[in-house]
Amino acid sequence: MLAFALAKRTHAPRATGLFENGIIRDTPVATLLYTMGDPPNLFKATFCGDMISVMSLLQQGRVNVGFLGAAEVDRFGNLNTTWGCRNGQAVRLPGSGGACDIACLSQRTVAILAHDPQRLVARVGHITSPGNGEGGAWRRAQGLPARSGPSAIITTMGVLRFGEDGEAFLASIHPGISVDEVLSKTGWPLRVAEYLKVTPEPSEGELSVIREIDPTHFWTKT
Amino acid sequence: MTGAVPSKLISMRQAIAEHVPSGSSVLMGAELEQMIPFSAGHELIRQGRRDLTLVGPISDILFDQMIGAGCVARVMAAWVGNASSGVGYCFRRAVEKAIPNAIETVDYTNFTLAMALHAAALGVPFLPTYAALGSDLLKSNVNLREFTSPVNEDRLIAVRALHPDVAIMPVQRADTFGNSHLWGNLGVAIDGARASRRVIVVAEEIVPPDVIASDPNRTLIPGFLVAAVVHEPWGAHPAPVQGYYGRDHAFFAEYHEQSRKLEDFERWLEHWVLKVPSRADYLKQLGDNRVGALKVHEHALSAPADFGF
Repeated sequence: MLAFALAKRTHAPRATGLFENGIIRDTPVATLLYTMGDPPNLFKATFCGDMISVMSLLQQGRVNVGFLGAAEVDRFGNLNTTWGCRNGQAVRLPGSGGACDIACLSQRTVAILAHDPQRLVARVGHITSPGNGEGGAWRRAQGLPARSGPSAIITTMGVLRFGEDGEAFLASIHPGISVDEVLSKTGWPLRVAEYLKVTPEPSEGELSVIREIDPTHFWTKT
Repeated sequence: MTGAVPSKLISMRQAIAEHVPSGSSVLMGAELEQMIPFSAGHELIRQGRRDLTLVGPISDILFDQMIGAGCVARVMAAWVGNASSGVGYCFRRAVEKAIPNAIETVDYTNFTLAMALHAAALGVPFLPTYAALGSDLLKSNVNLREFTSPVNEDRLIAVRALHPDVAIMPVQRADTFGNSHLWGNLGVAIDGARASRRVIVVAEEIVPPDVIASDPNRTLIPGFLVAAVVHEPWGAHPAPVQGYYGRDHAFFAEYHEQSRKLEDFERWLEHWVLKVPSRADYLKQLGDNRVGALKVHEHALSAPADFGF
């Protein structure tokens, strides 16, 4: 929700936001949303209808990018929000919601999560939302649309992108973070881009938009 | 008098007693984070229902409360937890430790649950989708089955039709026959009402039939599908009802803290459900300040639509 609002007010003023509860918006909400069903998200929306009328556009391939959070992501970009593991004990997580649908059907997906070795694991214990599966042509073999698949994993330490073989690599690191730190906090031997970039710092303008929308740091706590 | 239709208006207590026996499958939370029938769920808890199958896309903390109260044998949902803070502790205790009882989970995605209800609403045994291909949900949910399209060889998922016994549907306004106006994000409400064998409408306001008939496009649940109408203002709190009251974010955060430990949850349940005989008493307990702060402060009426000829 924050990413959409930021994009609208910076580089993508003509973007449209689609929410699986049945809301489509051309204008981002100026106030903090805790959930996509908060009343301000319906006020002056472009469209309010049912879930199928939004998800059908996703299935048609008309949604460019889907944003996802996750408890765990693996080297092939598969996401797990169903069964976690804490101190060797299985932990039941809330489940897919719309994440699996978005991972299957949008043109590309961006996953956002905190960078720690419990979250970036070699193989997720449960594929809630498919990324590149086991790599290679796995997605096509499952029957998933050719246009779809993971595009980036944005963490608190860097940005991972995906190679032709479907495996994630470190494409850029955030300012002040070392490659060794990233590698030690990743649950598999993470490949590093030949020309590793440093993630550009957010501009003053971008920061002011984020701070305006989320003044209490509900979504942006560190 | 010909043409007069009998009123279906009854109390929440009576509606739950007559229409939702133990063992029922019950659709709740069809509009996702909006319009969750908390007062109906609390009445189910107070009447001691057991072995319910809960059906709904995300449900927010209502399913968590009903699981913690021991009402539930099975959950068919895409997501169970607390939309403000993630985890649902009662859901976790039930799945991981069988406290207060073991429950079966049938995991869907939002879209596949919508398709299951849409198939039932259409009267067909299944509908195809590309969603959930490659997901491990296919390993545990037998209602999602891969097949090959007979027209183009694509692999698809057949989502089996799902007919809940009862749908409990909060709406903004209804007449006493059950013709209902609802608006906002609709989630799976329209299909959910049509897919279910019975519908209980829970209305913020009861209005004359002429008000409903003035805007038939907004009548998303036709009264002949409705078994009972309950007039229950603030029946969805802490969830919001567009045009009536906002979301009580603090309530969700407080529940998160107060359900973390089993004994704390039991106290919460006693305080907010078991000792509270009705929704009116619940509102008294909530207090005028809190209720006042959640009221709509700036109304935003839509332009009227002209049905003249």
